[in-house]
Amino acid sequence: MRLTGFFIFAASVALLPVLFPDNYFVTVVGIAAGLHVILAVGLNLLIGYAGQISLGHAAFFGMGAYASAILTTRFDWPGLLAMLVGLLVTGTIAWLLAQPILRLRGHYLAMATLGFGVIVHVILVQATHWTGGPDGLGEIPALSLLGWIVDDDQRWYGVIAAAMLLSIWLSLNLVDSRIGRALRAVRGSEFAAEMMGIDATRAKTQIFVVSALFAAFAGSLFAHQQAFISPDSFSLMISVELVTMVVLGGIASTFGAACGAIALTLLHESLVVFEDYELLIHGALLMAVMIFLPQGLFVGLTQGVRRRWISRIASRQDMKGERNSTVQQ
Amino acid sequence: MLEINGLNSHYGPVQVIHDINLGVHAGELVALVGGNGAGKTTLLHTLSSLHPASAGSISFDGVDITRWPSHRIVAAGVCQVPEGRQVFAPLSVEDNLRLGAYRQYSDPSWVRQELGRVYHLFPILHERRRQPAGTLSGGQQQMLAIGRALLGRPRLLLLDEPSMGLAPLLVEEIFRVIVELNRQGVTILLVEQNARAALAIAERGYILETGRMVKAAPATELLADDDVRRAYLGY
Repeated sequence: MRLTGFFIFAASVALLPVLFPDNYFVTVVGIAAGLHVILAVGLNLLIGYAGQISLGHAAFFGMGAYASAILTTRFDWPGLLAMLVGLLVTGTIAWLLAQPILRLRGHYLAMATLGFGVIVHVILVQATHWTGGPDGLGEIPALSLLGWIVDDDQRWYGVIAAAMLLSIWLSLNLVDSRIGRALRAVRGSEFAAEMMGIDATRAKTQIFVVSALFAAFAGSLFAHQQAFISPDSFSLMISVELVTMVVLGGIASTFGAACGAIALTLLHESLVVFEDYELLIHGALLMAVMIFLPQGLFVGLTQGVRRRWISRIASRQDMKGERNSTVQQ
Repeated sequence: MLEINGLNSHYGPVQVIHDINLGVHAGELVALVGGNGAGKTTLLHTLSSLHPASAGSISFDGVDITRWPSHRIVAAGVCQVPEGRQVFAPLSVEDNLRLGAYRQYSDPSWVRQELGRVYHLFPILHERRRQPAGTLSGGQQQMLAIGRALLGRPRLLLLDEPSMGLAPLLVEEIFRVIVELNRQGVTILLVEQNARAALAIAERGYILETGRMVKAAPATELLADDDVRRAYLGY
């Protein structure tokens, strides 16, 4: 029952390429949207459930991407092994970064990750020997999954869709677990959470690392799928955009984050026709959503529908009640 | 079971707790009584390491826990029901209770059994177990806070003003539960402004005034004491 929404979503993701084969919006935009969903769902664990903001998530995304790119092109490592090492390195760095910061209460993490994001971007640009600098790294080999080469859009759609569904499923389960409850308690009141025997620092550190791992995983897939990466894809603007996705869809809701990621990706694509006015319309739409649906696109709309539904049932029962009372008279 | 020796505690340069000595034996129900700002809550927070002690020592079962982090103290069996309930409002009643059992993850069958016991103790919580805790009334939230602490498998239960803001009828109900829990073997340190109600159910009492322990005696003696009567019982 708890996963009903998940199965409906999974079914529609699977049906799309069947209904619209070779559609640009499905196979090309869909892949970008899927990667964004993984990033946003991971970031939402941190923002929505632990109440901490990371403004440097693009850095973890980039670390996963560059780990895969460098290890496969310069050392001829197999893709999956490079991905695993990328996850390991990113997780370790996130853990080290969390140690001094997450002991403090409040939004220190936002500041620290902002700085971290900038530093990683500078390294990606400057360490030309390893990263290729601003020119980026190309000729990243296609991902091979046990001999099955992922080399066209259809296959990539399948892989990214599977990865996306896996991350949504993980997130849904994590939120409903002991650690998820602990996080929601920490978000409510760190003080009261400590009284329950929750080590708030440890809980926040764990989720920060998990969140970074989601980003690195997406980064690694991104590198193989694009076959070419440059520092532009991992700049501060991307970090801000990821936070926007989470907030736009609805904080503290896994499907909210997914919905925000898909909406923002589609918005970018569909506004391309407006050329110079793209940013203007983009900004205006975001402002409108935040004014009229402050809980976010997904959470706001589903709550609205539910409320209307309940009030309709209630009014129907009222009418029935009135009819009964007139009969009695 | 609990031994506090020469405990001092500060907020910045201001000393709030002065050389407190206090002991609780296993199985006892001890009341700590004092007016507003006497330092009762600070003392409990220092006990749970939510606030650092500046001098003195706290030992539990003969082990010095003064510098332990909060989560370790809870794991050892010192569970606190905080002042003003502090339930997690957006979480369901059952999730709140499960959070209380955060340290008991290795024993899920015990948690299930204890959950049943709490629901038996407070049937209204069972009725509302799917509702957000924030929608409960003050009395029900107090029941939830106590139930949540019980799921931490307390050997020593610290209750911080459980009567705060409750109607007299509910206060009676809560106090009846406290006595019942004590009878079942939970050692309790009850911190209260409602001196009469607290001393009526406690075996021993301590009186705290502006951060200093001024009296320690059996509860019946305190209830009969002229100073205590004038200052806290109002007759």
